[in-house]
This record gives sequence, C-alpha cells and structure tokens, in this order.
Amino acid sequence: MEKQQTKQEQIKKEPWLRIVKRDALPVKKVILIYAIAIVASLLVSSIICSLFSSKNPLAFFTSLFTGAFGSSRRIWLLLQDTALLLGVAVALVPAFKMKFWNLGGNGQILVGCLAAIFCMFYLGGKIPDALLIPIMTVASIIAGAVWGVLPAIFKAYFGTNESLFTLMLNYIAAGLVAMFITIWVKSGSGILEPLKYGNFPKLFGSKYLLTVLVFLTLAVLMYVYLKYTKHGYEISVVGDSPNTAKYIGIDVKRVIIRTMIISGALSGIVGLFLAGGIHHTISTASANNMGFTAIMATWLASFNPLVMIGTCFFIIFISRGMVEVRGNFGFTNDSIANIVIGLVYFCVIACSFFITYRVVFRKSGAKRKKTDKAKGVD
Amino acid sequence: MFKKILCMVLAVVMLVGVTFMLGSCGNDKKDIKAALICLHGDSSTYDKNFIDAFKQACANKGLTEENYTIITGIPEGTECYDKAADFADNGYDVVFADSFGHESYLIKAAKEFENVQFCHATGTKAHTEGLENYQNAFASIYQGRYLAGVAAGLKLVELYGDANGKVSDENAKIGYVGAWPYAEVVSGYTSFYLGVKSVVENVTMEVRYTNSWYNEAAEKTTAEALIDAGCKLISQHADSMGAPTACENAGVPNVAYNGETGKNTFVIASRIDWVPYFEYMLDCVMNGKDIVDDWTGTLANGAVKITALGKAAAEGTQAKLDEVSAKLQNGSLKVFDCSTFTVGGEHLTEYLADVDDAGDFVPETNVIKTENGVTFFDESAFRSAPYFDIRIDGITEVK
Repeated sequence: MEKQQTKQEQIKKEPWLRIVKRDALPVKKVILIYAIAIVASLLVSSIICSLFSSKNPLAFFTSLFTGAFGSSRRIWLLLQDTALLLGVAVALVPAFKMKFWNLGGNGQILVGCLAAIFCMFYLGGKIPDALLIPIMTVASIIAGAVWGVLPAIFKAYFGTNESLFTLMLNYIAAGLVAMFITIWVKSGSGILEPLKYGNFPKLFGSKYLLTVLVFLTLAVLMYVYLKYTKHGYEISVVGDSPNTAKYIGIDVKRVIIRTMIISGALSGIVGLFLAGGIHHTISTASANNMGFTAIMATWLASFNPLVMIGTCFFIIFISRGMVEVRGNFGFTNDSIANIVIGLVYFCVIACSFFITYRVVFRKSGAKRKKTDKAKGVD
Repeated sequence: MFKKILCMVLAVVMLVGVTFMLGSCGNDKKDIKAALICLHGDSSTYDKNFIDAFKQACANKGLTEENYTIITGIPEGTECYDKAADFADNGYDVVFADSFGHESYLIKAAKEFENVQFCHATGTKAHTEGLENYQNAFASIYQGRYLAGVAAGLKLVELYGDANGKVSDENAKIGYVGAWPYAEVVSGYTSFYLGVKSVVENVTMEVRYTNSWYNEAAEKTTAEALIDAGCKLISQHADSMGAPTACENAGVPNVAYNGETGKNTFVIASRIDWVPYFEYMLDCVMNGKDIVDDWTGTLANGAVKITALGKAAAEGTQAKLDEVSAKLQNGSLKVFDCSTFTVGGEHLTEYLADVDDAGDFVPETNVIKTENGVTFFDESAFRSAPYFDIRIDGITEVK
C-alpha cells in the first residue's frame, strides 16, 4: 500500500517534459540534420527577404552564392576572411577547452594589430622591411600574449571572473587605439592613412595566399597540440575538473597562465595580419568583432580545430553572401541582413542542441503501465 | 524552303539591328551603372542623407534599380577597396564612397581601374593626386551651420533675453558635441558659433569630442555632460541620434545636423543635399565628360540646405533666416569675416592652412582674402573639404 503511494507521488513529480542526453548519433546523420537545418533556415530567409523587396526568393539564393563565389576576387576574399576568423577561433579554442571564457578576442586582436602598426609607424622606412616584419611579428605576439595573460594571472591567483576581465580589456584596447590615433594623426581626422612600410609580400603573386596558408597551418597545429600533446591533455583535465587536475598533480595555475599566453599570442597574430597583410592601418573597429563571432565557430565545431575550418567557412559564406543580397535587394538598412544571419545561426545552434539532447514528454498513465510491464517492472 | 526562311530571319535580324543603331545615333548618352558605398546603413543620419539623395538622383536621371546599387556597412579599411574593385569587376561605370576614411582605398582602386570613375565625399586628395578618374566633393556646409546658429541665437533670446534682448553671460553658454578635433568639425562648430554670436554677442561655447564619427552612447553621454556643465542649447557634429535624445530628455533645445530629428526640442538642422552633385556626376558619366576634381556645393546651387523649423524654434526665425541667407548668397555677408572673431585677442590678417594634404600635416596655403573691404577666411575655395582649423576666442575645447 505504502509502496503504491510513493509510486504515485513519483509519477506526479515527474515533469511534463524533460531533457535527456542522447547517445552519439552517427556522423552521417548529424551532417544530414545540419544540412536540413541550414537549407530550411535559408528558405525562410529567402522568403523574408523577398517580402521586403520586389525580388523573388530565388534571387536570394543566386545573390547569396554569387556574392560568395561570383568572381575569383570574391572567392579569394571568402578564403581570406575564413582564414582570419579561423585564426581567432584557433586562438580561443584552448582557453574554451579549459573552460576559461575568453571574451577578450577583440581586445587581443586589437593590441596585436596596434603593436604591429606601432612598429610600422616608427620604424617604417628607417629599417628594411625584411627586418621590420620580424620585429612586428614579435611585437604583436608579445602584445597579444600580455593581453591574454593578464586575466589569467588574476584568475589563477585571485579567482577573479575571467569573462568580465577579458571583456573590460576589450574597451581598454579600443581606448589605447583611439589614443594612439590622436597622437599619430595630427589633423585630428581620426583616420590613419595606410602605412607604406612593413606590408607583407605577395606569395606566388597572390596577396591573399599567405594569410590563408598561415591560419590553416595553425589550425592543424592546434588540433595536434590539443589532441596529442601533454599540454593538450592537461588543458582538457583542467577544463573538466580542476580538482581532479590538482589530485593527479597538474599545476592548475600554470596551465591556466600558459594556455592564455598561447591564446592571446595567437589572437595577436591575427592582429599582425590585419596590420601588415591587409589594412596597413588601424581603427578601433579593426577587430571587426571577430573575437565574438569566433566563439560561435568554436562551439559549433565542439572545440575541434579541424571542424572549425568548416564552421568558419560557413559563417563567412553567409556573411559575404548576405552583402550581395543586401546590394541586390536594395536593403540599405542593416537590420534585415542581421535578422537573416541571426535566423540561420539560430537554426544551426538549435539543431546542435537537439543532436546532443532529446526532449522526453511525461507518459500518460496507461502508456506508462505498458512500458513498465514491458520492462518487467512491478 | 530552309534557305528562304534563313534569308527572312537574317533580314529581320539585320533590320532590327540597323533600327537600334539608328535609334541610338541621336542619343550619345549611354546606359550606365552606378554604385554608392556607405560606411553605415540608414540608421546613421549621415549615411541616410547620401542614400536618399543617391536614390533620388538616380531616379531623376532615369536609372532603374537594375542600374544602381547601394552597399552599406563598408568599413574604412581594405574592405572599401575590395568593394570598389568588385564593382569595377562587374562593369560599373561610377563608384561613390561617402566616408572620409574610404579615400585612400578608393584612390587605390582608381589607379587600378582607369576606365571607372571614383568619386568621394569629404576627401582632400583629388586636387593633388592627379588622377583623371578620382574626384572629391563637399559642400560649404559652414553656410548652413551659420544659419542654424542664427536660429539658435534667436532661441536663446526668446528663452533668456531681457527687455532689450540681452542674454546674461550665464545663460549665453551653449554646447557642441564634436566627433574628432578635425578641420571639418572645427569649421562646422565655428560657423555655428559665429551664427549664434551674430544674434547673442556675448555667447560662449563649450566643445567636447567623442573621438568617433558614430557612437550613439558616447554622443548621448557627451551631450548630457554639456547640459550638466550649464549649456543652454546643444548642437552636434556627429552622426547618430545620441545628442538629440539627450536634449529631449533634458528639455534643452537642440540644433541638429543631416536632417530633422522629430523631437520636441528640435530647433533646426543644416544638411548637405547631395542630389545636385549626384545628378552632375551621373550626367558627366553618361555624356563622357570630365568631373571636376573638387566640387563644392553652396546655398546658391542647392547643396547646402536648412530644414524646416522645428517646434522649438523661436518666433520670427524664418524671416531672419531668409534675410541672412540672401546676404550669404549674394556675397555681402561672409561667415568667416575676420572682424567678427578674434584668435588670442587678435584679428586674423594671414593664415596658412594645410590645403594640400601630403600626409605631413604642414600648412602651406594662405587662405585669408580681402574683397570689397571685407577680410575673411576663404573656406572651401582652395579645395572642397573644409580646412578651417583655428580655435577662436569664446570657444573652449574640453579634451
């Protein structure tokens, strides 16, 4: 009698729906689910876009693809932007794997860029580029590493919140850039003219290739570092459980600081390429928010640097394609493009949720009895 | 039979071809494609001003949506070159960019694509760069700002003037939110100040910078700081609704830029109407004519405009503005008349400005002129972009 009562209580207490972790789905199925989500979100987007203009939904797809792949210039830019975003994602991934929420990508990129521009501004023309470029590289790496290690030291020794700390450093970095621009640009326009010296050389006649190759290589190296080295193992143990790490003799503070030096330095390299390889100038917006966009690239790739190549490519494909859609559809308001990009991301993130988890509804009384019987309970 | 049909088809094709050729003979205008590159979308009042004008000019010149493209959100970096080159790749005949920082990237594209025209607002380099396909354009917006200043002065008198129309020193303090301490901004706020001063002799002005051309939050907090510092009226040279919003919240009259704000505290705004330039630019490209290196819009040619008066404008403002505007147009009144302001207590007799922007920031051109007995700073005459960068008495910059 008592037993029955508790059982009924249990049934009452069981929530109407709950979320249960799924067993791993086969890769083929996962890819298929993602593909369906993307296509569905793009279909909805195309309808939304055509509602706000005189064009038909089909024009959305042609614009999207021609915008990304329409000419060799566009393909190269697609690859270059993918490589840059990949560079930031590669920088963030070791920190995230350690569950150190580095939201300071923008600031770390910006100080790296600033350090390189600083060298270009003061040393350009005075020493040969062959010497200047290595100096810029070292300066960018150090600047990025310093910006990364500051919050790590405070986290390791004083337990400060790294998200807020890194976020605040973004503003300080932007402030530093604005300060140097006011010093350098005497007319007060706030626009630093592109600098002539310290520009990266073309590789096989292409100004894009170097960027693409460097960040692809870094992605592969990061994959190896995280998967096959002792450091990589330490990072994942610290991420999963700092206490376990302590117990098995890992110096947690050391790992946090070391990893953030690497993370910051890699962001600094992205800044270096923005300065020396692409813009040859700097503004407070030079990081182009990649520090935040890359967070999504790492999460969607489940922190796998090789998969990140794909997620970064996808993100850049959508954003570059949307530029063309905006132009062709006559959208002079950024909101519609942002709605579409947000919608696509939303679908992709939602489906990544449903790949990892499933929703279970409470079974009705009769059904429950049946399944219980089948299971041989009672 | 087959040959017969072929002959007939060929004959028809040739006939149609000849008709088209003859038809196009009398008309040497060609079908062109035009593009506009904007830094921000139409949520920025600055860019919206270009977007609206570009659409209207294209419509006036018979270009359909298929013939023109507006692309927004292009940063002041290599992205501008990439986009300009992309337009050139796709057969566009003329590309216009709207932001100061776009200039060097547009020049880079102009050097690469000699058959495409590149035009740029607010830039400084066209007259020294020597490229046939790269031009600058701006307007004597200082005339519009001066008029807006007159309206602001009348508002101060309405609010705080005594029986003789005098305003106490404490109440004759106004504020200005500037973007960067750059000649374009200095020229703008000085002309605005001189406009107010023509009505309220003892006016003083405090200028604070946001160090950004577009930062809504910073513009709002800067305007609030100015109001807290005792400024009784606010104007701005910044591109968002930040300052107008701060003024509306505090009930302080606001003189805007680029267009009406729709607020209750809105007095008047000056703006550049780009339609005259865009029409001129499109005409030149259609007819294969050269565009001038530096095009300067004025009150007279319709490029400098003031908006309709807002709810907060004082009574009798319109009549006064009409009078001043007529004088500015016939040249009997100069905005930067050296007798109306002092620099370090002295009236200017000579001033070198950095007109040729070689990147050295070294001034080289004497810009003070005397005509009909009036000595004045000749703004926007040696190039279209402003070069008045003098800090005059009565205005304090807070950095």
